[in-house]
Amino acid sequence: MNLEEKLKSGKFVITSEIGPPKGTNIAPHIEEAEYLRGKVDAFNVTDMQSSVMRLGSLATCRLLFEKGLEPVFQLTCRDRNRLALQSDLLSAAVLGIKNVLVLTGDHTVLGDHLQAKPVFDLDSVSLLKVATGLMEGKDMVGNELDGTPDFFLGAVVSPGYDPQELQLIKMEKKIESGAKFFQTQAVYDLAAFETFMKAASRFGIPVLGGIVLLKSAGMAKFMNENVAGVNVPDKYIKMMAAADKKERAKVSIGIAAELINGMKNLCQGIHIMPLGWEKYVPAVLETAGF
Amino acid sequence: MLITKVKDHRKIQEILKGYNPFVFKCFGCREVHFPEEEINEILKEGQGHLKGIARIDYLCREEFTRRYLEAFENEVRATKSILVFSCGVGVQVVSRLLEEKIVFPGCDTFYLNGFQGVTAQDFDCEQCGQCWLNLTGGICPLTACSKGLLNGPCGGTTKDGKCEVNSEMDCGWVLIYKRLQSIGRLDLLKKSAVNVRDYNLIIRAAVK
Ligand code: SF4
Ligand code: SF4
Repeated sequence: MNLEEKLKSGKFVITSEIGPPKGTNIAPHIEEAEYLRGKVDAFNVTDMQSSVMRLGSLATCRLLFEKGLEPVFQLTCRDRNRLALQSDLLSAAVLGIKNVLVLTGDHTVLGDHLQAKPVFDLDSVSLLKVATGLMEGKDMVGNELDGTPDFFLGAVVSPGYDPQELQLIKMEKKIESGAKFFQTQAVYDLAAFETFMKAASRFGIPVLGGIVLLKSAGMAKFMNENVAGVNVPDKYIKMMAAADKKERAKVSIGIAAELINGMKNLCQGIHIMPLGWEKYVPAVLETAGF
Repeated sequence: MLITKVKDHRKIQEILKGYNPFVFKCFGCREVHFPEEEINEILKEGQGHLKGIARIDYLCREEFTRRYLEAFENEVRATKSILVFSCGVGVQVVSRLLEEKIVFPGCDTFYLNGFQGVTAQDFDCEQCGQCWLNLTGGICPLTACSKGLLNGPCGGTTKDGKCEVNSEMDCGWVLIYKRLQSIGRLDLLKKSAVNVRDYNLIIRAAVK
């Protein structure tokens, strides 16, 4: 079963994430994915995450595909105009990539090429609509395609966004434009996530809750101050602060497993963003009962 | 809205010393922020090297500028070079009128809004050719949002409602949401079609 079929069947799905390197040294990243083979249903490949120039998402997706690992092609609107975006979608299709996660993308000024032109010709909503149009055999201006792609389209949502109603309005627009599943920003506050999921349940669309492993109390505080939509409750910050260096990973695994267990009845799966801590993901999943 | 910033002072002194130019200072129109005091200081320092200074407004209006040039005919004739402190339009007008001279721009010209909404400012219009204000409670999504998004906010709004690009700037989409909510018209946001810009409108308008 592929990602789409698993979500349809009602299986609790687990996705993870690979960030391609700055350079051509992709082998260690493919190994990271190998390490999670059989434990994770699909791997997102980020599209120059945080606007830092890196190896492309599409090429990395294809490498995973060749290994029999299921990729999710992340596609942002930051760097390409509507011609390039449509063309890359067609390229993905002929390379065997079916899952596409569409995002607006971070602004260029957050990355390492501050001098770059931020494009944003389309946004997440309009790009989803365009991708849906390609699946119906038409490009964005209505020209017929010779050969039609087939995608399983996803999008992101930020449960901790304030005002929440604005986020729900945008989520609904994404669904109307063709999103068939959602992955969320990192979740640490289960009560707030439950409130969000109650509001979002009216859409009847699969949501994979975001999990980011806490590496330290400092990281938690940093995210609370700087990362949009993330709110790590004090109790987790205290747990991380109390753990000595050797114990930190263990405490972090425990927290992630607790969050995953809490999510099992709230959403349709989880999306783990290990950010370099791939080696702990199997332990997290085991502790959470997978 | 434009903003003019004086180029590197050392480079300007080099032009003054190396070329003995005639100087035009456009003290500007309402749309242009013009750093006249800073320019005066530079010119004071390079005083001995100037062929003359003309302080005029609306250097961008070719007819006015032509008449000014007549008034300063002798000074202008005495040099091969002209240094112009004005927005880019003024420099271009002088270049066209004085084809045989080398014309140096003394300023860099910025669109006050930077790129899309990057610089915080009260109001602005990017002349997009398809005004969206009726959908957005009168707040321009192109200039109030740093990415010029037309279908709602990105995920980067900070906890206090600021833009991910500039913590001094309110997130335009939070402003739009609040405005529509306060006038009871969130339906405009919910029901609006998927919006996409049509760049052909401004390309065609420019060609005509
Ligand atoms: S939407 Fe903004 S940029 Fe476009 S015409 Fe209206 S005010 Fe100007
Ligand atoms: S944070 Fe708000 S203003 Fe800034 S780019 Fe995102 S939606 Fe636009």
